[in-house]
Amino acid sequence: MIEFTLWDIIRNLLLAARWTILLSVVAFVGGTVVGLVILFMRISKRRWVQRFAEYYIGLFQGTPLLMQLFLLFFGLPLLGFRIEPWTAAVLGLTLCASAFLAEIWRGGVQAVPLGQWDAGSSLGLHYLKQLRLIILPQAFAMTRAPTVGFLVQLIKSTALTSIIGFEELVRTSNAINNATFEPFKVYGFVALIYFALCFPLTRYAKMLELRALKH
Amino acid sequence: MGYVLDFGWLDDAITLIASGAAMTIFLIAVSAVAGIVLSVLGAAARRSRHALLRRAIAGYVELIRNTPFLVQLFFIFFGLPSLGIRLDPIVAAILAMTLNMTAYTTEIVGAGLDAVPKGQREAALALGLRPRLVFIKIVLPQALKVIYPALTSQIVIMMLESAVVSQIAVRELTYEADLLQARTFRAFETYFIVTLVYLAMSIGLRRLLVAGGNRFLSGGVS
Repeated sequence: MIEFTLWDIIRNLLLAARWTILLSVVAFVGGTVVGLVILFMRISKRRWVQRFAEYYIGLFQGTPLLMQLFLLFFGLPLLGFRIEPWTAAVLGLTLCASAFLAEIWRGGVQAVPLGQWDAGSSLGLHYLKQLRLIILPQAFAMTRAPTVGFLVQLIKSTALTSIIGFEELVRTSNAINNATFEPFKVYGFVALIYFALCFPLTRYAKMLELRALKH
Repeated sequence: MGYVLDFGWLDDAITLIASGAAMTIFLIAVSAVAGIVLSVLGAAARRSRHALLRRAIAGYVELIRNTPFLVQLFFIFFGLPSLGIRLDPIVAAILAMTLNMTAYTTEIVGAGLDAVPKGQREAALALGLRPRLVFIKIVLPQALKVIYPALTSQIVIMMLESAVVSQIAVRELTYEADLLQARTFRAFETYFIVTLVYLAMSIGLRRLLVAGGNRFLSGGVS
Protein backbone atom coordinates (compact mmCIF):
# COMPACT_ATOMS: atom_id res chain seq x y z
CA MET A 1 0.00 0.00 0.00
CA ILE A 2 1.22 3.48 -0.84
CA GLU A 3 1.47 5.94 2.00
CA PHE A 4 -0.16 9.28 1.34
CA THR A 5 1.13 12.21 3.32
CA LEU A 6 -1.04 15.24 3.85
CA TRP A 7 1.05 17.08 1.29
CA ASP A 8 0.49 14.29 -1.27
CA ILE A 9 -3.25 14.63 -0.84
CA ILE A 10 -3.21 18.40 -1.20
CA ARG A 11 -0.82 18.34 -4.15
CA ASN A 12 -2.91 15.82 -6.06
CA LEU A 13 -6.09 17.72 -5.37
CA LEU A 14 -4.56 20.99 -6.52
CA LEU A 15 -3.31 19.32 -9.71
CA ALA A 16 -6.81 17.98 -10.35
CA ALA A 17 -8.27 21.43 -9.73
CA ARG A 18 -6.56 22.57 -12.95
CA TRP A 19 -9.03 20.43 -14.88
CA THR A 20 -11.95 21.89 -12.98
CA ILE A 21 -10.74 25.38 -13.85
CA LEU A 22 -10.05 24.51 -17.49
CA LEU A 23 -13.46 22.90 -17.91
CA SER A 24 -15.17 25.92 -16.31
CA VAL A 25 -13.35 28.35 -18.59
CA VAL A 26 -14.00 26.35 -21.77
CA ALA A 27 -17.66 25.84 -20.88
CA PHE A 28 -18.09 29.52 -20.03
CA VAL A 29 -16.54 30.66 -23.31
CA GLY A 30 -18.50 28.06 -25.28
CA GLY A 31 -21.66 28.93 -23.36
CA THR A 32 -21.15 32.61 -24.20
CA VAL A 33 -20.87 31.90 -27.93
CA VAL A 34 -23.84 29.53 -28.11
CA GLY A 35 -25.73 31.66 -25.60
CA LEU A 36 -25.43 34.70 -27.91
CA VAL A 37 -26.98 32.69 -30.74
CA ILE A 38 -29.83 31.60 -28.45
CA LEU A 39 -30.21 35.20 -27.27
CA PHE A 40 -30.57 36.46 -30.86
CA MET A 41 -33.18 33.79 -31.49
CA ARG A 42 -34.98 34.59 -28.24
CA ILE A 43 -35.35 38.29 -29.14
CA SER A 44 -35.97 37.64 -32.84
CA LYS A 45 -39.11 39.08 -34.42
CA ARG A 46 -40.09 35.75 -35.97
CA ARG A 47 -42.47 33.99 -33.68
CA TRP A 48 -41.31 30.42 -34.37
CA VAL A 49 -37.62 31.27 -33.87
CA GLN A 50 -38.53 32.91 -30.58
CA ARG A 51 -40.57 29.88 -29.58
CA PHE A 52 -37.67 27.53 -30.39
CA ALA A 53 -35.29 29.48 -28.14
CA GLU A 54 -37.93 29.51 -25.40
CA TYR A 55 -38.24 25.71 -25.51
CA TYR A 56 -34.47 25.31 -25.64
CA ILE A 57 -34.07 27.39 -22.48
CA GLY A 58 -36.99 25.66 -20.78
CA LEU A 59 -35.59 22.24 -21.60
CA PHE A 60 -32.18 22.93 -20.08
CA GLN A 61 -33.59 24.74 -17.05
CA GLY A 62 -36.25 22.10 -16.43
CA THR A 63 -34.11 18.95 -16.42
CA PRO A 64 -31.19 17.92 -14.20
CA LEU A 65 -27.73 18.65 -15.60
CA LEU A 66 -26.76 15.09 -14.69
CA MET A 67 -29.41 13.76 -17.11
CA GLN A 68 -28.19 16.11 -19.86
CA LEU A 69 -24.66 14.77 -19.38
CA PHE A 70 -25.86 11.15 -19.44
CA LEU A 71 -27.91 11.73 -22.60
CA LEU A 72 -24.91 13.22 -24.41
CA PHE A 73 -22.52 10.60 -23.11
CA PHE A 74 -24.72 7.68 -24.12
CA GLY A 75 -26.62 9.30 -26.98
CA LEU A 76 -23.85 10.67 -29.20
CA PRO A 77 -22.18 7.28 -29.71
CA LEU A 78 -25.48 6.07 -31.16
CA LEU A 79 -25.15 8.71 -33.87
CA GLY A 80 -21.71 7.34 -34.67
CA PHE A 81 -19.58 9.84 -32.74
CA ARG A 82 -16.80 8.50 -30.57
CA ILE A 83 -17.10 10.36 -27.33
CA GLU A 84 -14.84 10.72 -24.33
CA PRO A 85 -15.87 11.99 -20.89
CA TRP A 86 -14.06 15.27 -21.62
CA THR A 87 -16.06 15.90 -24.82
CA ALA A 88 -19.36 15.04 -23.17
CA ALA A 89 -18.50 17.26 -20.20
CA VAL A 90 -17.56 20.26 -22.35
CA LEU A 91 -20.56 19.84 -24.63
CA GLY A 92 -23.04 19.31 -21.79
CA LEU A 93 -21.86 22.26 -19.73
CA THR A 94 -21.62 24.49 -22.82
CA LEU A 95 -25.21 23.80 -23.86
CA CYS A 96 -26.50 24.19 -20.32
CA ALA A 97 -24.55 27.43 -19.81
CA SER A 98 -25.85 28.81 -23.13
CA ALA A 99 -29.45 28.38 -21.98
CA PHE A 100 -28.89 30.11 -18.64
CA LEU A 101 -26.76 32.93 -20.09
CA ALA A 102 -29.26 33.59 -22.89
CA GLU A 103 -32.03 33.90 -20.32
CA ILE A 104 -29.97 36.26 -18.14
CA TRP A 105 -29.07 38.49 -21.09
CA ARG A 106 -32.61 38.49 -22.43
CA GLY A 107 -33.58 40.16 -19.17
CA GLY A 108 -30.96 42.79 -19.89
CA VAL A 109 -32.12 43.36 -23.48
CA GLN A 110 -35.71 43.76 -22.34
CA ALA A 111 -34.67 46.24 -19.69
CA VAL A 112 -33.19 48.55 -22.33
CA PRO A 113 -35.82 51.23 -23.04
CA LEU A 114 -37.56 50.82 -26.42
CA GLY A 115 -36.59 54.37 -27.32
CA GLN A 116 -33.01 53.16 -27.69
CA TRP A 117 -34.08 50.94 -30.61
CA ASP A 118 -35.97 53.83 -32.17
CA ALA A 119 -32.99 56.10 -31.73
CA GLY A 120 -30.84 53.49 -33.43
CA SER A 121 -33.09 53.20 -36.45
CA SER A 122 -33.47 56.95 -36.73
CA LEU A 123 -29.69 57.10 -37.08
CA GLY A 124 -30.07 54.74 -40.04
CA LEU A 125 -28.52 51.70 -38.33
CA HIS A 126 -29.82 48.34 -39.43
CA TYR A 127 -30.95 45.68 -36.95
CA LEU A 128 -27.61 43.99 -36.31
CA LYS A 129 -25.81 47.30 -35.89
CA GLN A 130 -28.47 48.51 -33.48
CA LEU A 131 -27.93 45.38 -31.43
CA ARG A 132 -24.15 45.53 -31.53
CA LEU A 133 -23.65 49.24 -30.96
CA ILE A 134 -26.59 50.25 -28.80
CA ILE A 135 -28.60 47.46 -27.23
CA LEU A 136 -26.12 44.74 -26.28
CA PRO A 137 -23.54 46.98 -24.56
CA GLN A 138 -26.27 48.31 -22.29
CA ALA A 139 -27.79 44.86 -21.73
CA PHE A 140 -24.42 43.34 -20.82
CA ALA A 141 -23.59 46.23 -18.50
CA MET A 142 -26.86 45.66 -16.65
CA THR A 143 -26.45 41.90 -16.34
CA ARG A 144 -22.81 41.77 -15.30
CA ALA A 145 -23.61 40.72 -11.72
CA PRO A 146 -25.89 37.75 -12.58
CA THR A 147 -23.44 36.66 -15.29
CA VAL A 148 -20.61 36.42 -12.77
CA GLY A 149 -23.06 34.74 -10.40
CA PHE A 150 -23.78 32.15 -13.07
CA LEU A 151 -20.05 31.53 -13.52
CA VAL A 152 -19.94 30.48 -9.86
CA GLN A 153 -22.83 28.11 -10.49
CA LEU A 154 -20.99 26.72 -13.53
CA ILE A 155 -17.81 26.04 -11.56
CA LYS A 156 -19.86 24.13 -9.01
CA SER A 157 -21.65 22.23 -11.78
CA THR A 158 -18.36 20.87 -13.13
CA ALA A 159 -18.38 18.55 -10.10
CA LEU A 160 -21.12 16.53 -11.83
CA THR A 161 -18.84 15.60 -14.71
CA SER A 162 -17.00 13.32 -12.26
CA ILE A 163 -20.02 11.02 -12.49
CA ILE A 164 -19.59 10.44 -16.23
CA GLY A 165 -15.91 9.77 -15.62
CA PHE A 166 -14.17 13.06 -16.29
CA GLU A 167 -11.04 13.21 -14.16
CA GLU A 168 -11.55 16.51 -12.32
CA LEU A 169 -11.44 17.53 -8.69
CA VAL A 170 -14.22 15.35 -7.30
CA ARG A 171 -13.26 12.23 -9.23
CA THR A 172 -9.66 12.55 -8.12
CA SER A 173 -10.80 13.04 -4.55
CA ASN A 174 -12.87 9.84 -4.75
CA ALA A 175 -9.77 7.95 -5.87
CA ILE A 176 -7.63 9.49 -3.13
CA ASN A 177 -10.31 8.72 -0.59
CA ASN A 178 -10.38 5.09 -1.68
CA ALA A 179 -6.63 4.88 -1.15
CA THR A 180 -6.36 6.77 2.12
CA PHE A 181 -9.71 6.16 3.86
CA GLU A 182 -9.69 9.71 5.13
CA PRO A 183 -12.92 11.09 3.68
CA PHE A 184 -13.27 13.84 6.26
CA LYS A 185 -9.92 15.32 5.36
CA VAL A 186 -10.13 14.70 1.60
CA TYR A 187 -13.64 16.06 1.03
CA GLY A 188 -12.92 18.87 3.47
CA PHE A 189 -9.99 19.98 1.31
CA VAL A 190 -12.03 19.60 -1.86
CA ALA A 191 -14.69 21.86 -0.38
CA LEU A 192 -12.00 24.40 0.55
CA ILE A 193 -10.59 24.40 -2.99
CA TYR A 194 -14.03 25.02 -4.49
CA PHE A 195 -14.61 27.71 -1.91
CA ALA A 196 -11.32 29.39 -2.82
CA LEU A 197 -12.37 29.37 -6.48
CA CYS A 198 -15.93 30.55 -5.98
CA PHE A 199 -15.84 32.93 -3.04
CA PRO A 200 -13.85 35.73 -4.76
CA LEU A 201 -16.26 35.57 -7.70
CA THR A 202 -19.28 35.68 -5.38
CA ARG A 203 -17.79 38.73 -3.71
CA TYR A 204 -17.13 40.33 -7.09
CA ALA A 205 -20.73 39.67 -8.18
CA LYS A 206 -22.00 41.24 -4.96
CA MET A 207 -19.81 44.29 -5.55
CA LEU A 208 -21.11 44.69 -9.11
CA GLU A 209 -24.65 44.40 -7.82
CA LEU A 210 -24.15 47.12 -5.23
CA ARG A 211 -22.46 49.35 -7.79
CA ALA A 212 -25.38 48.85 -10.19
CA LEU A 213 -27.83 49.84 -7.45
CA LYS A 214 -26.04 53.14 -6.91
CA HIS A 215 -26.49 54.25 -10.51
CA MET B 1 -24.69 2.76 -37.38
CA GLY B 2 -28.08 1.21 -37.79
CA TYR B 3 -28.94 1.53 -34.12
CA VAL B 4 -32.66 1.14 -33.56
CA LEU B 5 -34.25 2.74 -30.53
CA ASP B 6 -36.08 0.20 -28.43
CA PHE B 7 -38.60 1.07 -25.76
CA GLY B 8 -39.88 -2.48 -25.24
CA TRP B 9 -38.42 -2.65 -21.73
CA LEU B 10 -40.61 0.23 -20.61
CA ASP B 11 -43.65 -1.89 -19.65
CA ASP B 12 -41.78 -3.69 -16.88
CA ALA B 13 -39.88 -0.61 -15.85
CA ILE B 14 -42.79 1.71 -15.24
CA THR B 15 -43.32 0.72 -11.59
CA LEU B 16 -39.60 1.19 -10.87
CA ILE B 17 -39.62 4.63 -12.49
CA ALA B 18 -42.75 5.55 -10.55
CA SER B 19 -41.25 4.46 -7.22
CA GLY B 20 -38.08 6.38 -8.03
CA ALA B 21 -40.12 9.47 -8.82
CA ALA B 22 -42.04 9.02 -5.57
CA MET B 23 -38.76 8.98 -3.64
CA THR B 24 -37.59 12.14 -5.43
CA ILE B 25 -40.87 13.85 -4.52
CA PHE B 26 -40.54 12.68 -0.92
CA LEU B 27 -36.97 14.02 -0.67
CA ILE B 28 -37.84 17.43 -2.07
CA ALA B 29 -41.02 17.72 0.00
CA VAL B 30 -39.21 17.06 3.28
CA SER B 31 -36.20 19.22 2.52
CA ALA B 32 -38.30 22.08 1.14
CA VAL B 33 -40.46 22.27 4.26
CA ALA B 34 -37.50 21.86 6.63
CA GLY B 35 -35.40 24.27 4.59
CA ILE B 36 -38.02 27.02 4.59
CA VAL B 37 -38.70 26.73 8.32
CA LEU B 38 -34.97 26.78 9.08
CA SER B 39 -34.35 29.68 6.73
CA VAL B 40 -37.00 31.81 8.46
CA LEU B 41 -35.12 31.19 11.71
CA GLY B 42 -31.82 31.79 9.92
CA ALA B 43 -32.94 35.05 8.35
CA ALA B 44 -34.34 36.27 11.67
CA ALA B 45 -31.11 35.28 13.44
CA ARG B 46 -29.10 37.12 10.83
CA ARG B 47 -30.96 40.29 11.80
CA SER B 48 -30.69 39.71 15.54
CA ARG B 49 -28.68 41.67 18.09
CA HIS B 50 -26.10 38.92 18.67
CA ALA B 51 -23.05 39.62 16.53
CA LEU B 52 -21.69 36.08 16.91
CA LEU B 53 -24.94 34.52 15.73
CA ARG B 54 -25.07 36.89 12.74
CA ARG B 55 -21.47 36.03 11.86
CA ALA B 56 -22.10 32.27 12.16
CA ILE B 57 -25.16 32.35 9.88
CA ALA B 58 -23.34 34.47 7.31
CA GLY B 59 -20.40 32.04 7.34
CA TYR B 60 -22.67 29.04 6.90
CA VAL B 61 -24.48 30.66 3.97
CA GLU B 62 -21.23 31.57 2.19
CA LEU B 63 -19.70 28.14 2.78
CA ILE B 64 -22.68 26.29 1.31
CA ARG B 65 -23.23 28.68 -1.59
CA ASN B 66 -19.62 28.46 -2.72
CA THR B 67 -19.17 24.68 -2.74
CA PRO B 68 -20.84 22.07 -4.98
CA PHE B 69 -23.80 20.12 -3.65
CA LEU B 70 -22.09 16.86 -4.62
CA VAL B 71 -19.12 17.64 -2.36
CA GLN B 72 -21.43 18.58 0.52
CA LEU B 73 -23.23 15.29 0.05
CA PHE B 74 -20.00 13.25 0.04
CA PHE B 75 -18.71 15.14 3.05
CA ILE B 76 -21.86 14.35 5.01
CA PHE B 77 -22.22 10.75 3.89
CA PHE B 78 -18.55 9.64 3.78
CA GLY B 79 -16.87 12.22 5.99
CA LEU B 80 -19.10 12.40 9.06
CA PRO B 81 -18.76 8.68 9.98
CA SER B 82 -15.12 9.38 10.92
CA LEU B 83 -16.53 11.69 13.61
CA GLY B 84 -18.76 8.84 14.72
CA ILE B 85 -21.87 10.12 12.97
CA ARG B 86 -23.10 7.36 10.69
CA LEU B 87 -26.12 8.22 8.56
CA ASP B 88 -28.52 6.19 6.49
CA PRO B 89 -28.30 7.26 2.79
CA ILE B 90 -31.81 8.72 2.84
CA VAL B 91 -31.14 10.67 6.04
CA ALA B 92 -27.82 11.91 4.64
CA ALA B 93 -29.56 12.98 1.41
CA ILE B 94 -32.29 14.85 3.28
CA LEU B 95 -29.72 16.48 5.56
CA ALA B 96 -27.56 17.58 2.62
CA MET B 97 -30.54 18.87 0.63
CA THR B 98 -31.94 20.73 3.62
CA LEU B 99 -28.62 22.34 4.48
CA ASN B 100 -28.11 23.35 0.86
CA MET B 101 -31.64 24.63 0.43
CA THR B 102 -31.51 26.59 3.70
CA ALA B 103 -28.40 28.52 2.66
CA TYR B 104 -30.11 29.82 -0.48
CA THR B 105 -33.52 30.44 1.03
CA THR B 106 -32.06 32.24 4.05
CA GLU B 107 -30.89 34.93 1.63
CA ILE B 108 -34.26 34.96 -0.13
CA VAL B 109 -36.29 35.17 3.10
CA GLY B 110 -33.91 37.84 4.38
CA ALA B 111 -34.53 39.95 1.28
CA GLY B 112 -38.27 39.53 1.89
CA LEU B 113 -37.99 40.65 5.51
CA ASP B 114 -36.05 43.73 4.42
CA ALA B 115 -38.74 44.53 1.86
CA VAL B 116 -41.49 44.92 4.48
CA PRO B 117 -41.80 48.63 5.33
CA LYS B 118 -40.60 49.52 8.81
CA GLY B 119 -43.89 51.27 9.54
CA GLN B 120 -45.70 47.92 9.58
CA ARG B 121 -43.63 46.74 12.53
CA GLU B 122 -43.89 50.04 14.31
CA ALA B 123 -47.65 50.16 13.85
CA ALA B 124 -48.08 46.65 15.23
CA LEU B 125 -45.87 47.43 18.22
CA ALA B 126 -47.84 50.61 18.83
CA LEU B 127 -50.99 48.48 18.97
CA GLY B 128 -49.39 46.61 21.86
CA LEU B 129 -48.56 43.32 20.12
CA ARG B 130 -45.60 41.45 21.51
CA PRO B 131 -42.45 41.51 19.28
CA ARG B 132 -42.67 37.78 18.49
CA LEU B 133 -46.31 38.09 17.46
CA VAL B 134 -45.44 41.11 15.34
CA PHE B 135 -42.89 39.00 13.48
CA ILE B 136 -45.16 36.01 12.97
CA LYS B 137 -48.44 37.80 12.24
CA ILE B 138 -47.39 41.01 10.53
CA VAL B 139 -43.88 40.93 9.05
CA LEU B 140 -43.48 37.30 7.97
CA PRO B 141 -46.71 36.95 5.93
CA GLN B 142 -45.92 40.08 3.95
CA ALA B 143 -42.34 38.95 3.41
CA LEU B 144 -43.45 35.50 2.21
CA LYS B 145 -45.76 37.08 -0.31
CA VAL B 146 -42.93 39.10 -1.83
CA ILE B 147 -40.49 36.21 -2.07
CA TYR B 148 -42.88 33.44 -3.06
CA PRO B 149 -41.81 33.30 -6.74
CA ALA B 150 -38.13 33.11 -5.77
CA LEU B 151 -38.87 30.34 -3.27
CA THR B 152 -40.74 28.43 -5.96
CA SER B 153 -37.76 28.59 -8.30
CA GLN B 154 -35.40 27.49 -5.56
CA ILE B 155 -37.52 24.44 -4.74
CA VAL B 156 -37.62 23.40 -8.42
CA ILE B 157 -33.84 23.87 -8.72
CA MET B 158 -33.31 21.74 -5.63
CA MET B 159 -35.59 19.04 -7.03
CA LEU B 160 -33.46 18.88 -10.18
CA GLU B 161 -30.27 18.90 -8.16
CA SER B 162 -31.51 15.97 -6.08
CA ALA B 163 -30.58 13.72 -9.03
CA VAL B 164 -27.10 13.80 -7.53
CA VAL B 165 -28.09 11.85 -4.40
CA SER B 166 -28.22 8.73 -6.58
CA GLN B 167 -24.46 8.76 -6.02
CA ILE B 168 -24.87 7.62 -2.41
CA ALA B 169 -27.36 4.91 -3.45
CA VAL B 170 -30.61 6.58 -2.48
CA ARG B 171 -33.24 4.83 -4.59
CA GLU B 172 -34.66 7.93 -6.28
CA LEU B 173 -35.38 8.53 -9.95
CA THR B 174 -31.79 8.74 -11.22
CA TYR B 175 -30.68 5.71 -9.23
CA GLU B 176 -33.52 3.66 -10.70
CA ALA B 177 -32.46 4.84 -14.15
CA ASP B 178 -28.89 3.71 -13.47
CA LEU B 179 -30.15 0.26 -12.42
CA LEU B 180 -32.49 0.01 -15.42
CA GLN B 181 -29.87 0.88 -17.99
CA ALA B 182 -27.44 -1.60 -16.45
CA ARG B 183 -30.08 -4.31 -16.88
CA THR B 184 -31.51 -3.43 -20.27
CA PHE B 185 -28.33 -2.07 -21.93
CA ARG B 186 -30.56 0.69 -23.30
CA ALA B 187 -28.78 3.60 -21.65
CA PHE B 188 -29.92 6.34 -24.03
CA GLU B 189 -33.57 5.32 -24.06
CA THR B 190 -33.63 4.95 -20.28
CA TYR B 191 -32.12 8.35 -19.58
CA PHE B 192 -34.30 9.90 -22.27
CA ILE B 193 -37.49 8.66 -20.60
CA VAL B 194 -36.26 9.64 -17.14
CA THR B 195 -35.30 13.10 -18.38
CA LEU B 196 -38.85 13.54 -19.66
CA VAL B 197 -40.15 12.44 -16.25
CA TYR B 198 -37.96 15.08 -14.60
CA LEU B 199 -39.18 17.70 -17.07
CA ALA B 200 -42.79 16.82 -16.33
CA MET B 201 -42.10 16.87 -12.59
CA SER B 202 -40.44 20.28 -12.68
CA ILE B 203 -43.27 21.76 -14.76
CA GLY B 204 -45.85 20.09 -12.51
CA LEU B 205 -44.16 21.18 -9.30
CA ARG B 206 -43.92 24.77 -10.51
CA ARG B 207 -47.62 24.81 -11.51
CA LEU B 208 -48.61 23.28 -8.18
CA LEU B 209 -46.62 25.81 -6.17
CA VAL B 210 -47.93 28.74 -8.21
CA ALA B 211 -51.52 27.51 -7.83
CA GLY B 212 -50.99 26.94 -4.09
CA GLY B 213 -49.49 30.40 -3.75
CA ASN B 214 -52.42 32.06 -5.51
CA ARG B 215 -54.83 30.22 -3.27
CA PHE B 216 -53.20 30.79 0.09
CA LEU B 217 -51.28 34.01 -0.31
CA SER B 218 -53.72 36.25 -2.18
CA GLY B 219 -56.23 38.30 -0.26
CA GLY B 220 -55.45 39.06 3.36
CA VAL B 221 -52.90 41.78 3.83
CA SER B 222 -51.92 43.64 0.74
